[in-house]
Amino acid sequence: MLNMRAIDLVLWVIGAWIALGLLGILALHRFALVARVFFPLGAIGGLVLAFAAIRLLGSGMVDTKQLSLGLPQLPFHLRLDALSAFFLLVIGVASFGISLFAAGYFRAGEGTAPGLLCLEFHFFLASMALVLLADDAYAFMVAWESMALTSYFLVTANHRLPKIRAAGFLYLLIAHIGAIAILLCFGVLQANTGDYTFANMRVQNLSTFWASAAFLLAFFGFGAKAGILPLHVWLPEAHPAAPSPVSALMSGVMIKMAIYGLLRVTFDLLHLHIWWWGVVLLVLGLTTAIFGVIFAAVQVEMKRLLAYSSIENIGLLFTAMGLALLFRSYGMNTLAALALTACLYHVLGHALFKSLLFLTTGSVLHATGERNLGRLGGLIRFMPWVAWLALIGILASSGLPPFSGFVSEWLLLQSFLFTPGLPQPFLNMLIPIATASIALTAALAGYAMVKFFGVVFLGQPREEKLSEAHDAGVFEKIGMGWLALLTIGLGLAPNSILHLIDPVTRGLVGVGLAHPASANGWWLLTPTSMVRASYGPLYFLFGVVAAVVIAFVLVRLLYHARLRRSAPWGGGHPWRNSRMQDTAEGYGQPIRQIFEPFFHMDRHLPRPDDNEPEYHVVVTDKFWEGIYMPIARATEYISAKVGKLQQGRISIYLLYSFVTLIVILLLVPTARR
Amino acid sequence: MSRAFSQLISILTPILLAPLLLGWVNQMRAWLSNRRGPGVLQPYRMLHKLFNKDSVMADTASSLFRFAPYAVFGSMLLANAIIPTLSTDLPLASAADAIALVGLFALARIFISLAAMDIGTAFGTLGARREMLVGFLAEPALLTVLFSASLIGQSTALPTIVEAVAHKHFAIYPSLVFAGMAFILVFLAENARVPVDNPATHLELTMIHEAMILEYSGRHLALMEWAASLKLFAYSTLGIALFLPWGIGQKATPSSLLLALPSLALKLALIGIVLALVETFSAKLRIFRVPEFLATAFLLGVIGMLTHILLGA
Repeated sequence: MLNMRAIDLVLWVIGAWIALGLLGILALHRFALVARVFFPLGAIGGLVLAFAAIRLLGSGMVDTKQLSLGLPQLPFHLRLDALSAFFLLVIGVASFGISLFAAGYFRAGEGTAPGLLCLEFHFFLASMALVLLADDAYAFMVAWESMALTSYFLVTANHRLPKIRAAGFLYLLIAHIGAIAILLCFGVLQANTGDYTFANMRVQNLSTFWASAAFLLAFFGFGAKAGILPLHVWLPEAHPAAPSPVSALMSGVMIKMAIYGLLRVTFDLLHLHIWWWGVVLLVLGLTTAIFGVIFAAVQVEMKRLLAYSSIENIGLLFTAMGLALLFRSYGMNTLAALALTACLYHVLGHALFKSLLFLTTGSVLHATGERNLGRLGGLIRFMPWVAWLALIGILASSGLPPFSGFVSEWLLLQSFLFTPGLPQPFLNMLIPIATASIALTAALAGYAMVKFFGVVFLGQPREEKLSEAHDAGVFEKIGMGWLALLTIGLGLAPNSILHLIDPVTRGLVGVGLAHPASANGWWLLTPTSMVRASYGPLYFLFGVVAAVVIAFVLVRLLYHARLRRSAPWGGGHPWRNSRMQDTAEGYGQPIRQIFEPFFHMDRHLPRPDDNEPEYHVVVTDKFWEGIYMPIARATEYISAKVGKLQQGRISIYLLYSFVTLIVILLLVPTARR
Repeated sequence: MSRAFSQLISILTPILLAPLLLGWVNQMRAWLSNRRGPGVLQPYRMLHKLFNKDSVMADTASSLFRFAPYAVFGSMLLANAIIPTLSTDLPLASAADAIALVGLFALARIFISLAAMDIGTAFGTLGARREMLVGFLAEPALLTVLFSASLIGQSTALPTIVEAVAHKHFAIYPSLVFAGMAFILVFLAENARVPVDNPATHLELTMIHEAMILEYSGRHLALMEWAASLKLFAYSTLGIALFLPWGIGQKATPSSLLLALPSLALKLALIGIVLALVETFSAKLRIFRVPEFLATAFLLGVIGMLTHILLGA
């Protein structure tokens, strides 16, 4: 079984997931069976997927296959190369943790029936894997649309709430607008040959104009899925609406499929690379990153905060990709490989830590029933497991050494720092500004993450009922623990990950970094040369741990002072309560003040003589009023006009048919002549 | 062997000298305001006293609160260990470059902020919020400063940067002038010095750093205070390494270390005097002027990088 071709192994896993989903229908309401047996089985599928991906990345081969599914004469062309394999690895490792967590998470009687959830969940996984295998536009679109649909149903699992239905609709709408763009992009790429296989697209030589058109369409289409500005609005609505394992899967894994798609189109299918493509990606990516992180810092709902943080990370991924494209267009392939490596590293890192964080919100949600930051607090005392695992997640997410987020940030900054030498002077000027923006984004991410962790887990409980919160169950702990472990491992052993990324960049830009990066030993990451930059996370961790341990032991040995407990100092006030802590709004206040022009704020301040003062501030996105509402109003206006055709009377419709017939009859002879 | 020795020296020097630097600054401040001052050795006495005292901990404190002082102290120690103070021959410096150094400062900041939020008092959360506010502006500013320097050295490894600036032909780099100005502003903000914070006050409306460590006492407070002085030391030596690197030895021989030590002491004494002067002659900013202060630093840093790219120097 294990020595079959990697692509067959992947297909087996996809088949198994589909079968599990179908079994779910048979066991529609048998909650225990679905949760405790089907989901863990699905998790094993994830491991097998990761195994197959790693084996393929190690061998450096390309597997192809044809499946005669669907229409006659139009089989599914499948292909598994290094790029697909790397993203399969992402799906595999993340879904293992998420599926295990889901086994303990879903409760009977919540929204959709458990069997149906099982179906949607596993079909979702299968369609994502199929997107990565697809080697023609037909298979790709089928898989892409199944992915959108299954995830739509998962988002609306709690469809009884109108707010969730609205979020689901918005998601579906933008997903489909994006899908149209992708379809058009494939239409351009096949260059009128009528052959929609990727193999055919690879050999087409498009003119600059058509190549740019294809790039822009792909950017729009995949950007919509990823949540790039200004197509991000669905993301902070849909991700929080979904049940937590689904949010984890969407934020951690699904939006990476868009990254995959864009990489596939720009680096694999298109041969032409024009410098301004890179600039477009870079500028929009940076804007998205800063926008996302600023909004994350002012959110008052924990899952929305994480959703905005995902927008930030998508922005960083696009930035890295833009930089790679820029280098590629000038033939600087080593630097392109460096930027791409940063991008792919972050894809994997973000998939792990963002899934982990979304899962912890799921545990908090189940334990407390609260998702509003203003009603949480102090949970580290009642749910220590979840809290300490979340701490690993936020440290990685803030880009702190020695965790995984830092490595990708470091690689990205390295690729920016060594750019001087681009032929266009103004591009060189762009570099410092971009570098500074990335630094600002990373620091702000730290702010948002401290807010998230501090308000949820630290301090005193803001509600009475929180003291009854219980820690996560066994499955949930294992699922989160797996993701946390990998997050730490990813931070500590960057060179082994670079070995996995090596064949990918080799395939896309012809240069791999694994060899130079490990030239000075496997523990030291030196992407270009030792003199230029090096980073040794194990050394680093050793240094910090040694310092901590020595300090601890010395303090214990030399001094024998004891520890006693007492009430915290209340500043001289006779009483204190948990309401005196900073709220989530309070924590976001400096950001609201500094970045005021970014927000649309609806603020209600109490008057000084108000006996029952009430304060609230609602921060909304300016893009809603600026872009979406005008479009929505225009659409409504036009449909109202068109709607006048619909009278609902049979005689009028017959009249329409009659008029149409006459018009056609008038036209037909003209055409024949 | 000599490399390990050099590394050991560069760890022990900050641990031992950091409180002295702090004492020196405080003494200078006292003299400048016509007070006698407690003497330069006061921080050592303070640490000794605190280590011997029982620690009183809030009954709402979690394990994170107890762990944080050690984490902060450890991060600051490692930060000092990778900055070339006496020689550029540091084995540990290959593990962490300039970006990782900023990461270390951020790690310490996040732990101290989380610990401050852990008790759940108004002071702690207020301090944590303000610290993160200062931090998210100061951190990118510091990075731009370091990038300006690394563009000159074509490296983000601190020893290489120092060698590039110090041991090549003598030149004044315009980009470093801007970076230097930015660095001074960041230095003041990050070490809770006067225009941004006042280390000598416990006025609730103004304090940042003190608000965060208000709940600490005994050995935990001692570690926090020591870590703060280590941070001051790290920033001072970083400033020396980037802008006044002359005298830092290349080889880690005992003789070169001995030669480097007096020049280091002289420069640190000078920094202490300048710091005390700045603190004496400036007034504390309102908290919402602080972002402007730090944005200036950030922009100066960016201008430094731009200057380098424009002028190629």
